[in-house]
Amino acid sequence: MKTLVWVEHDGKAVKDATLAVVTAASKLGEVHLLVAGEGVDGVAKEAAAIAGVGKVHVADGAAFGHNLPENIAPLIADLMASHDAFLAPATTTGKNIAPRVAALLDVMQISEILSVEGEKSFTRPIYAGNAIATVESSDAKLVLTVRGTAFDKAATSGGSGSIEAVGGGSDVGISSFVGAEIAKQDRPELTSAKIIVSGGRALGSSEKYEEVIVPLADKLGAALGASRAAVDAGYVPNDYQVGQTGKIVAPQVYFAIGISGAIQHLAGMKDSKTIVAINKDEDAPIFQVADFGLVADLFSAVPELTGKI
Amino acid sequence: MKILVPVKRVLDYNVKPRVKSDGTGVDLANVKMSMNPFDEIGVEEAIRLKEKGVATEIVAVSVGPAKAQETLRTALAMGADRAILVQTDDAVEPLAIAKILKAIADAEQPGLVILGKQAIDDDNNQTGQMLAALTGWAQGTFASAVNVDGDSVNVTREVDGGLETVKLKLPAIVTTDLRLNEPRYASLPNIMKAKSKPLDTKIPADYGVDTAPRVKVVKVSEPAARSAGIKVADVDELVAKLKAMGVHS
Repeated sequence: MKTLVWVEHDGKAVKDATLAVVTAASKLGEVHLLVAGEGVDGVAKEAAAIAGVGKVHVADGAAFGHNLPENIAPLIADLMASHDAFLAPATTTGKNIAPRVAALLDVMQISEILSVEGEKSFTRPIYAGNAIATVESSDAKLVLTVRGTAFDKAATSGGSGSIEAVGGGSDVGISSFVGAEIAKQDRPELTSAKIIVSGGRALGSSEKYEEVIVPLADKLGAALGASRAAVDAGYVPNDYQVGQTGKIVAPQVYFAIGISGAIQHLAGMKDSKTIVAINKDEDAPIFQVADFGLVADLFSAVPELTGKI
Repeated sequence: MKILVPVKRVLDYNVKPRVKSDGTGVDLANVKMSMNPFDEIGVEEAIRLKEKGVATEIVAVSVGPAKAQETLRTALAMGADRAILVQTDDAVEPLAIAKILKAIADAEQPGLVILGKQAIDDDNNQTGQMLAALTGWAQGTFASAVNVDGDSVNVTREVDGGLETVKLKLPAIVTTDLRLNEPRYASLPNIMKAKSKPLDTKIPADYGVDTAPRVKVVKVSEPAARSAGIKVADVDELVAKLKAMGVHS
């Protein structure tokens, strides 16, 4: 099987999410990559070095500059004439583009695969991970999005893919990029962080979040997260939210501080390797999934932890 | 401008899903069903656009069993003007739903179709994007703000790491994210009024769409359970455990 993997990048470098997709694709067959964007020579070279990569298709042009699915999906649909499976990371970019490609190909997409069970068989989460479905496609071609935390990352060196320019591509003219506000953080991204420190509603205010949660995260070089209750209460911005309707994370260590452990939150972090919970309510559901639970007042326990770790 | 709002009847988001013991799916017998929360946000957004004078008519659509009528009545009680139920007892995949919606869009000629970004049962996150592909219209997915301006719409999208704004030519497809708005509750008088609003019933064949599934569900199982670990007595013990795992500053 010949696969085509969407390379997610920021114009300068390949994003980590791509590497897990390469691993998933390699379980199906030959791995080709697509780097689409404007001025992406550097990204293409980096992509070609990923272990196990055969060919890197490069579509360079203004129409591909901002990941507009209206311009990119037809390009991918054309490339799929000579590939059997299209795979993209289950990021906001991948989720935006892949279904548009699938419909152009008249293929039913399989979203957020967790494992490859056979040539056309995969597992995927449904009901926010409260159930796992094993599914089998009967379509001639496959369109898949891949949950990054479910596959190992391919090595970023050792590959020697050949770079090939893809011709054409034009602006369909129905959409344009206006602007972006990407929060700049001097910390790891939530979805790829090794350690995450998350705060919940028990903090009571954004000041307390700053005062209690941030110093611990600083000390551990961790990403910052929050429960939906904390986000809804306005303690932190939206993109901090971990859970069914926020980000799905699986770090080495997840600190749940002042988080009770609603189903919605657990769905987003229960695949973390180690979960540490600090909560003053000993019956909080978070303790049922925590590897290390500390029943204590977070306002004294967390600063003490920050001081001693 | 007319707005089309597709809505899905799903297991209520407060109910914990239970996997059936025979592994064929999730048990939906005798459990509370509600409108998919992201679709509710879509209905609300359409109503706000009508209140602002941007939209003139809101048509709610659902593809599902006879009981999906209740979901459509909810949309009507919130403020949609009329509804179409495409009735089927089969599980219909996003691709087939998108084909049905395409046929309805051809007939209704809406300026906007506002859908939830995903349904909280199958978590596919596909239908809006697929409908955009089939209609050839632009798409603004995961919207946190929608501003119609003449013959285009600016959609602010929730993307990994922040927000992004795109300008789309109308007609266009929008899918909603959580922060777009907070849906209203239908008032009792509006619930009563909704009962007399028009609701057409169709079947997929009326639109010439084959709903046979392309993806077979082989089995559905419980996720691997996570067992509770230990309680530590104090911060010192926690620090010792963490350090033993190599977690320290």
